[in-house]
Amino acid sequence: MKLKSVLMAACMTALAPLALADGLKVGMITTLSGGGAGLGIDVRDGFLLAAKMAGADDLEIVVEDDQRKPDVAVQLADKLIQSEKVDVLTGIIWSNLALAVVPAATAQGKFYLSPNAGPSPLAGKGCHQNYFNVSWQNDAFSEAAGAYLSEEGVGKVFLMAPNYPAGQDMMAGFKRFFKGDVTEEVYTKLGQQDYAAEIAQIRASDADQVYFFLPGGMGISFMKQFAASGVEKPVMGPAFSFDQGILGAIGEAALGVKNTSHWSKDLDVPGNADFVAGFQQEYGRLPSLYAAQGFDTANLLISAMGKADVSDADGFRAALKAADYQSVRGDFEFGDNHHPIQNIYMREVVKEGDVVTNKLIGTAATGHTDAYGADCKM
Amino acid sequence: MSTLLFFEQMLNGLQSGIMLFLMAAGLTLIFGVMGLINLAHGSLYMIGAFAAATVAAASGSFLLGLAAAMAAAAAAGALIELVVIRRLYERDHLDQVLATFALILILSEGTRWMFGSFPLYLDVPALLSGPVTLPGGIQYPAYRLAIILVGLAVAVGLFQLIGRTRIGIQIRAGESDREMIAALGVDISKLYTAVFALGAALAGLAGAMVGAIQSVEVGMGEPILILAFVVIVIGGIGSIKGALVGALLVGFVDTLGGVMLPMVFGLFTDASTATTVGSALASMAIYVLMAIILIFRPSGLYGEG
Repeated sequence: MKLKSVLMAACMTALAPLALADGLKVGMITTLSGGGAGLGIDVRDGFLLAAKMAGADDLEIVVEDDQRKPDVAVQLADKLIQSEKVDVLTGIIWSNLALAVVPAATAQGKFYLSPNAGPSPLAGKGCHQNYFNVSWQNDAFSEAAGAYLSEEGVGKVFLMAPNYPAGQDMMAGFKRFFKGDVTEEVYTKLGQQDYAAEIAQIRASDADQVYFFLPGGMGISFMKQFAASGVEKPVMGPAFSFDQGILGAIGEAALGVKNTSHWSKDLDVPGNADFVAGFQQEYGRLPSLYAAQGFDTANLLISAMGKADVSDADGFRAALKAADYQSVRGDFEFGDNHHPIQNIYMREVVKEGDVVTNKLIGTAATGHTDAYGADCKM
Repeated sequence: MSTLLFFEQMLNGLQSGIMLFLMAAGLTLIFGVMGLINLAHGSLYMIGAFAAATVAAASGSFLLGLAAAMAAAAAAGALIELVVIRRLYERDHLDQVLATFALILILSEGTRWMFGSFPLYLDVPALLSGPVTLPGGIQYPAYRLAIILVGLAVAVGLFQLIGRTRIGIQIRAGESDREMIAALGVDISKLYTAVFALGAALAGLAGAMVGAIQSVEVGMGEPILILAFVVIVIGGIGSIKGALVGALLVGFVDTLGGVMLPMVFGLFTDASTATTVGSALASMAIYVLMAIILIFRPSGLYGEG
């Protein structure tokens, strides 16, 4: 499991060490084994694809597997900073791991670019000038969903999420923008696989709509069991329960479900079609939103490298903050707390040929930012 | 909570307990007969689920998938017993834990290498896909009822096998005195391989049946392995009856705890505190149950000694 792959994105030529003199070394800590490995693999593949497509041969990438364990992630961060001497860290998928690693890394003067997790403490009081979130603050998709459902006139909602920081953030975000009543709010165990008890509660509830956040295997289990239960209430969730990596495993049980996302493979913005085609060609599968985030993270980093050297921390920070790169999500800029200001779209799960995938159906929130920026004093 | 909902939750508890029993029965047999702690039991569960998903996808038949799951897990179990486990009987438990933990890592990464990192698709057969209406108007998924029935049938079969057949006598004899039954001319090593394969087949069956309503992915066996250990500690190590009672207890406490505890706290605190505290306590409920039982019966409900 100690999958330790040191990957040189730089072309493996004898000249590479020379090119590294002015280059940048990035350490990626992500989940490559155990449950949830699909997410980390997508982020890594998206990141490496961007480096390859940009021909960034002065970018050296060291990839490590955190096994989804906070203690392992902390050790890896120490190792990457102290013995690998990386300049920038990235890669973490899970909020609890990010909370364990990011504050220590930024305190040591390293940059951290988050390609996935966006726990609320790091957006508010715990923000740091060297921490850039390239994905989303955890609440964002749920805030957009809450706003969307209010707009649609849905009155009563049943909420469900795992009992961990991201789960609580998502539900808080939903409630912040939802104007109707929350009839029940259920927190399940992280990693729970059997939702019979919760589905019975949903059946008995008088809510008109279910909104849930269950990433990875949890979402697969819930959707399959929900489809078999005969409960007719419509369900909605953030894109994490319906990303490309798991839709194949859910199958037709997910058809028609709406979900909020900042990206979709059919989003019509410059560069997105090239990314989707390039990813399919390189890896033989459709990219997920995690892959898109990995891709954007690398491109942001590469754009900053073109403007300033990482040894000039202030210049490099300003270059990152400018976000002068072509995001596959379209318009993208950083707010004052270094979290994204971006559109959140509504997608629907459809079948294209034999493939179950997502289709863009509308915009849930325009130029959406997070609610914690006011607490951030940099 | 209405009576109907309560009854449905009881059924859910029963179903979750029955499923746990399939895992725990194999684990407790192996521990009881061979004195071996097998951490890789969860990997056999995973192998069952992956075999079922592959065969069901290729053949279109869920039943063939189930058969393949049991065959693949039993074969993997027998192979593991012959190659690795056999060398561990005389070692102490720490060596067994280390070796079988290594097996978890090898089997997980081996599975990832063969099938990739993304979850596989395995759905319930069309015949059992919808809900059925039970007396009293409860809508319950047909597949979960089928799980309960299959689990009960396996439980009855196991009790018959252990209590009434020649091989059952040998298994029980092997449990109490392995030198003596070897001296009496029973081929103890064959018996061990057979017991290990039987336990593995049960885990494979559980993996395939559960895989259809959960996600078939690498690492799916570990969470349920921990629960299965809780079950056999509660039930008394080596006792099939203990495994059944323990599994049902854990199934009920786990299911009902998750539903009732937040409600109970809701009576005297505000809703969000009740949800947080209740959910946190519900995750601990089965371990509290285990601790209480061990205080009064240190060797488990049906354990000896």
